[in-house]
Amino acid sequence: MKKLHTLLFSATLLMGTAAHAQLSVEIAGVGSNQIPVAVAAFADESVAPEQVSAIIRADLQRSGVFKVIDARQTISDSASVDMAAFKASGADALVVGSVKRTADGRFEVRYKLFDTVKKSQLSQLGDTVSARNTRLEAHRIADDVYEKLTGTRGIFSTRIAYVKENRAARDYQLVVADADGEGEQIAAHGKEPIISPAWSPDGTRVAYVSFELRKPVIYVQNLVTGQRTVVANERGSNSAPAWSPDGTKLVLSLSKTGNTQIFIVNADGSGLRRLSNSNGIDTEPQFSADGQSVYFTSDRSGGPQIYKMSVGGGQATRVTFKGSYNISPRVSSDGKTLAWISQREGGFSLYAMDLASGQELRLADGASEPSFSPNGKYIMYATKGGGRVALAVVSVDGRVKQRLTTQAGNIREPSWGPFMK
Amino acid sequence: MSNYKSVAIVAAVAAMLSACSSPTKLNDAPVVEKPPVANTAPPADTSRDIRPVETGNVDPLNDPKGVLANRSVYFDFDSYVVRDDGKPVVENHSAFLAKNKQRHILIQGNTDDRGGTEYNLALGQKRAEAVRKSMAALGVADGQMEAVSLGEEKPKSTGSGESAWAENRRADIVYQ
Repeated sequence: MKKLHTLLFSATLLMGTAAHAQLSVEIAGVGSNQIPVAVAAFADESVAPEQVSAIIRADLQRSGVFKVIDARQTISDSASVDMAAFKASGADALVVGSVKRTADGRFEVRYKLFDTVKKSQLSQLGDTVSARNTRLEAHRIADDVYEKLTGTRGIFSTRIAYVKENRAARDYQLVVADADGEGEQIAAHGKEPIISPAWSPDGTRVAYVSFELRKPVIYVQNLVTGQRTVVANERGSNSAPAWSPDGTKLVLSLSKTGNTQIFIVNADGSGLRRLSNSNGIDTEPQFSADGQSVYFTSDRSGGPQIYKMSVGGGQATRVTFKGSYNISPRVSSDGKTLAWISQREGGFSLYAMDLASGQELRLADGASEPSFSPNGKYIMYATKGGGRVALAVVSVDGRVKQRLTTQAGNIREPSWGPFMK
Repeated sequence: MSNYKSVAIVAAVAAMLSACSSPTKLNDAPVVEKPPVANTAPPADTSRDIRPVETGNVDPLNDPKGVLANRSVYFDFDSYVVRDDGKPVVENHSAFLAKNKQRHILIQGNTDDRGGTEYNLALGQKRAEAVRKSMAALGVADGQMEAVSLGEEKPKSTGSGESAWAENRRADIVYQ
């Protein structure tokens, strides 16, 4: 399918070579924190349809965590490596590997990661994959490098879902793509709007809201079989689905009582039960990481603010206090960080809060609809620019930004998928 | 006397027998057939024309000049109260629905595109709900109406700026 283009956010500090300009990133204030890693060309990698080492380099560079050094030579995983020479050139780690075409037309991709300081091997992988999965295999290797060098699981092989819309042509698509915007596939399309996609924790299903019945109705779609289930089509509006961490339940917003309130339902649409009880708007529910609480947006105090309540019901406690418009709460998978959208001095900005200390950090302006990466290190969001809506990614420390756009129409409503086995 | 009686009976029986046996009808009035058209004066060309009658039952919903043609109720910024200029719209449709119990409507609330997708959906619901409550107060049955929201997803005006935003702060009455 068509690929997304990763465009330059601004020309603050460009990393990498011109060949990978479409994956360029903005990095501010990183300096010596970056891990210098050299990536060699993989032996015989030209036999595969994708250049594995180039994808690994682009992934690592895009993360903002690494200072990627081109090894300027081909090194196979079976070769003996002069680690001292790489250490001398400034690389603390070295990635080498090889690609081999197998008799059945697939590709055997092997890789090794070395610590040039300790002069030891840190990791190795070897997999045989189909031609179309060589790109995925490169992302998996980048994930392994990221995890071995940072201690945090990588997200390069994860996927994202978003809505691509061309309102003038009345064309609305629910799209699934790799986390770098490559390999777009259409999961659903039609002539009426689609909003609020949400990946199931096991990555097999997406819940979303479609307006095909002239009102918002919540569906769960199996991405592999295409089978759709109506999870909520109650009188009034049905919206804002979010999965429980164990994937058995959804919290959602219904207006069946007249005002928009939060309900909980089993993933098959059974067992609908009301959770919140206010006279105003309660919406955008999100489970906490432990599944015991629900964060949501409510206008019970006037303007919209973020609250938290027990999944068993009861009193809600207010979470946001600064500013008169705080919406779209999202919780990181470790439960420590809350991301949300706050309107301050006119514009809508993406904020992150350390939930333990209450410390706030403004991450991006002109932002809406945030979604955490499954490792909690990045947040994808929709952003307006040049009259169009695009997607952007920012690291939770605010230092790395990327932007994804398409050639026509808007892309919005991102949902970052889970880790896949 | 008895002879007369006998004659009468014989005559009656004879008549009955005759009736039973005769192939001709007792009622012998001749059937008057219309003479062939050719034998009469030629008809005027207009004899097959039909003069239409106005029944007065044109569906008022389909009358572009009628009061029911206006189906949009506009709202002020950050407001969820039916304005004075929207009240006639609500009243006209309420009167029609109260009289036509078989008709059903969707009330679709809308917002401008500033702010969050889902929060705007909830705000659009508030606008639809304001219209629904006004119509209920005017006698429209609950079963005839459903208040829903399209949020910021179906703008009437795709521009930005106050005039476009004002156009999109709206609830539409949609007949089903």
